[in-house]
Amino acid sequence: MSEINGHLLTVNDLKTYFQTEDGMVKAVDGITFTLSKGETLGIVGESGSGKSVTNLSIMRLIPEPPGKIVGGDIIFDGVDVRKLSIDDVRKIRGKRIAMIFQDPMTSLNPFLKISTQLMEVTELHLGHTKAQAREHAIKMLDTVGIPDAKSRIDGYPHEFSGGMRQRVMIAMALSCDPELLIADEPTTALDVTIQAQILELIKALKARMGTSVILITHDLGVVAGMTDKIIVMYAGKVFEQAPTAELFSTSANPYTKGLLKSVPDPAHEEGTELYQIPGLPPDVAHLPPGCPFAPRCYRAEDICHREFPPFVQIDENHFSLCHFAKEVYAESIEEKSAAAYSGDVQIQLNPLG
Amino acid sequence: MSENGNNLISLQNLQVHYNLGGGSFLDKITGGSKVRRVVKAVDGVSLDIKKGETLGLVGESGCGKSTLGKAILRLTEPTGGQVLYNGEDLAGLSQGEMREYRKNLQMIFQDPYASLNPRMTVGQIIAEPIRTFNLSNGGNVEAQVQDLMETVGLSRRFTRRYPHEFSGGQRQRIGIARALAVDPEFIVADEPISALDVSIQAQIMNLMDKLQREKNLTYLFISHDLRAIRHVSDRVAVMYLGKIVELGDAKTVYREPLMPYTIALISAVPVPDPQIEAKRVRIILKGDVPSPINPPSGCHFNTRCPFAIAECKRIEPSLVEIKPEHFAACIRISPEHPHIEENEKQNLGAVGEGTPEIKKGS
Repeated sequence: MSEINGHLLTVNDLKTYFQTEDGMVKAVDGITFTLSKGETLGIVGESGSGKSVTNLSIMRLIPEPPGKIVGGDIIFDGVDVRKLSIDDVRKIRGKRIAMIFQDPMTSLNPFLKISTQLMEVTELHLGHTKAQAREHAIKMLDTVGIPDAKSRIDGYPHEFSGGMRQRVMIAMALSCDPELLIADEPTTALDVTIQAQILELIKALKARMGTSVILITHDLGVVAGMTDKIIVMYAGKVFEQAPTAELFSTSANPYTKGLLKSVPDPAHEEGTELYQIPGLPPDVAHLPPGCPFAPRCYRAEDICHREFPPFVQIDENHFSLCHFAKEVYAESIEEKSAAAYSGDVQIQLNPLG
Repeated sequence: MSENGNNLISLQNLQVHYNLGGGSFLDKITGGSKVRRVVKAVDGVSLDIKKGETLGLVGESGCGKSTLGKAILRLTEPTGGQVLYNGEDLAGLSQGEMREYRKNLQMIFQDPYASLNPRMTVGQIIAEPIRTFNLSNGGNVEAQVQDLMETVGLSRRFTRRYPHEFSGGQRQRIGIARALAVDPEFIVADEPISALDVSIQAQIMNLMDKLQREKNLTYLFISHDLRAIRHVSDRVAVMYLGKIVELGDAKTVYREPLMPYTIALISAVPVPDPQIEAKRVRIILKGDVPSPINPPSGCHFNTRCPFAIAECKRIEPSLVEIKPEHFAACIRISPEHPHIEENEKQNLGAVGEGTPEIKKGS
């Protein structure tokens, strides 16, 4: 593989805007990251933060108009995806870059048998004959843990449960042995026990096939156990970018810290009140001047309301969009050592106890 | 359970069964289902809700938790059993008599987009219950509405706006204000935070907590979110296919779950801490929740339980007090042998209630 500097995917200052009646919405406004082979990146954000648009942009799935990738590079395995013709993009999409969507109920065609939908992929991309494609499809269903795949393959989507449909989606996504898998909220619509099954499955397949994964989610718990590094997005901007362990232990951004604190953390004894980020997520079409998070930020000062914050480098792989990134980082380190001193971060046998 | 004087709501063997037909003579000749098909959405639940507490009701989709909440308020008619509210059986009341009680029993719904009438202003929505029950006492309804909006953290000036002008979190606040308008004693909150963004979920949980302290409310908090349930609840009830399978103090249930389903459920929750995630052992359950139409015989969980033995298919376990104030429904555990994993290691069979040995012994 001819990767640039060993990276499978390089996204550089990507900007995707939407023209709406309400004005220009900068859904994604400058996101930069690299992904190596076998690496997992988590993209975390609330609704409207731009996390899904980022990934639709990589796949060139932004409806145009109203949307448009207005700037930046998307280099996949040495090729600039933005410069490819639609035909060439189609050769990559579904074959080398595959995607799993949030809602397994609506992303399968209800009128077609599972077999038809699975076989189509390999017939198109790998030039399989009908018989080969069918055999391959059964093998894939087996891989993702669908019991009795041989007979179930001719069923229709409505005959499968939510968890099973998501397995079918994963089987379809992995049928061409893609180099990159983009999973957009793959477990949000599922129950916890099923979520655990699906996450475990993605982990196992990743280990076996060496696939790189981009995992998009709003759930900090999901990314904690699954990813190598994390991007936190807010209002279309990257607010923080760091290796997973570092982001959770020593965040340098007030928004990330607020998010982390506002999730009830069952591993630690609870205080009486849950930390809450005040206010509402902003209207991306009408962002305030200055930092988009300033109106909700616990430590905002005058400058935050006036000037757009810099993207501060904390160390080699850790960046934070904040006027006071270094100070916030220092606070986190202090809190961490204080917590360790008071014995607050003991790891308990049962993490939820 | 503790003295009855503390119980605001007491459910006695509550049932909600939906008959799907089948099994009749006509079905046999017309090629319909040969057996009568019944969805036992709520199947014999006995549960006390104490005054002033938050009881968390947790379970996966389709387990019957929402139906249970609605059956308490008679938004779904129970097909059997009793709902005692301060000792009065609500299930036996006529619709007219029930109406009087609706002042005291309110509900907050999951979907803040669907549960507010889009053609009414927020002021009208919140004022409706006040007018319906004539609670204005001749006073100014408008002022009452504005006070309520302030209580739930909305600006008093917003009374003339329509629901679509608000965000999801604000709409949930409107739903809460409407529930509070009649000054209720008991609120069923059915997945009140599931449709909201993470940063907004904390706001709503804190608001509900504040209101509970100020107004001495009692909550039944229904959710599939185990982290939220643990945070808001005093006690937790775990539901699986129409039955309560574990009940106890929230901290205790999370620290020392007894019933295998609860153990698996809690181990499945991802924890926002990479260090813990790397070390924990997860019990991955096989398969999906079975269909509630004619569920598995014996213990409903036996088809997915890693500890199931032959008896589990036969004996339907009842909710037994395994430790003080901590109840579980599993025939493989008993007060003498409360830990299923140890029982498995020692190869103990059925030790709980309903087994022949126990019947002889006690």
